[in-house]
Amino acid sequence: MSLFNVFDIAGSAMSAESVRLNVTSSNLANAQSAGGSETDTYRARHPVFSAVMHSLKADASSVGVRVDGIVESQTPMEKQYQPNHPLASEEGYIFLPNVNMVDEMANMISASRSYQSNVEVLNTSKQMMLATLRMGQ
Amino acid sequence: MAISFDKALGDFPSHLSLYGERSSLLAANIANADTPGFKARDIDFRSVLAKAGGEKMVMKTTHADHLGGSSAVSSPDFMYRIPTQPSVDGNTVDTQVEQAEFAQNAVRYQSTLTFLNSKFRGLRLAIKGNS
Repeated sequence: MSLFNVFDIAGSAMSAESVRLNVTSSNLANAQSAGGSETDTYRARHPVFSAVMHSLKADASSVGVRVDGIVESQTPMEKQYQPNHPLASEEGYIFLPNVNMVDEMANMISASRSYQSNVEVLNTSKQMMLATLRMGQ
Repeated sequence: MAISFDKALGDFPSHLSLYGERSSLLAANIANADTPGFKARDIDFRSVLAKAGGEKMVMKTTHADHLGGSSAVSSPDFMYRIPTQPSVDGNTVDTQVEQAEFAQNAVRYQSTLTFLNSKFRGLRLAIKGNS
């Protein structure tokens, strides 16, 4: 029954969006975690989504979402001259994470909106199924 | 004289399964709203219903006593949606459009259910009589 698939699909999307929210909150939390070198400093992370076919058929209607992995952003980091900072390098520089606050806030809103629409889908499908169960009564 | 559910209920059961199929397709579109390269799909209802009106798919019977078991709607063709605002990552899902379609589909499903329920009420009345 295809209505059961909706629960799998919307569920996979909700878990993927919550991973995205998690990653965003991690980025925002670590936005000011300075480090002594480029390798030691936190890099902004981003999840990579891909569609996953539940069935082997190419024309299957049930296409869920999977988080393929988390990638670290490769944009260059901000370098600040702060010789008094305990983590400063020999030359007196500290590195700030390459987290773009504006990007992260936009990502957060988008993830929560997507999550909400999937919850809506789930609720509607549940009502449809319950109504079907009451058929003929 | 036997009550044939196929004749009594008409096309409604197959419509119901079609709407169910479509709801899972639209749910997949909404779920993949953020997946790069995902192409939104939908069912062309007009063509499916036109096909259902013309030819009926009947199960193969190998014995005279077997039931035919008709399914009025053959498996629908999935078509790719034409995007109005395709995004840079190749995704063609427009969440608002999909949500509207999903809501519409749910209402159609419910109304088909209502019709089916009234069919059942009629059958029950016929069985019980006016008691």
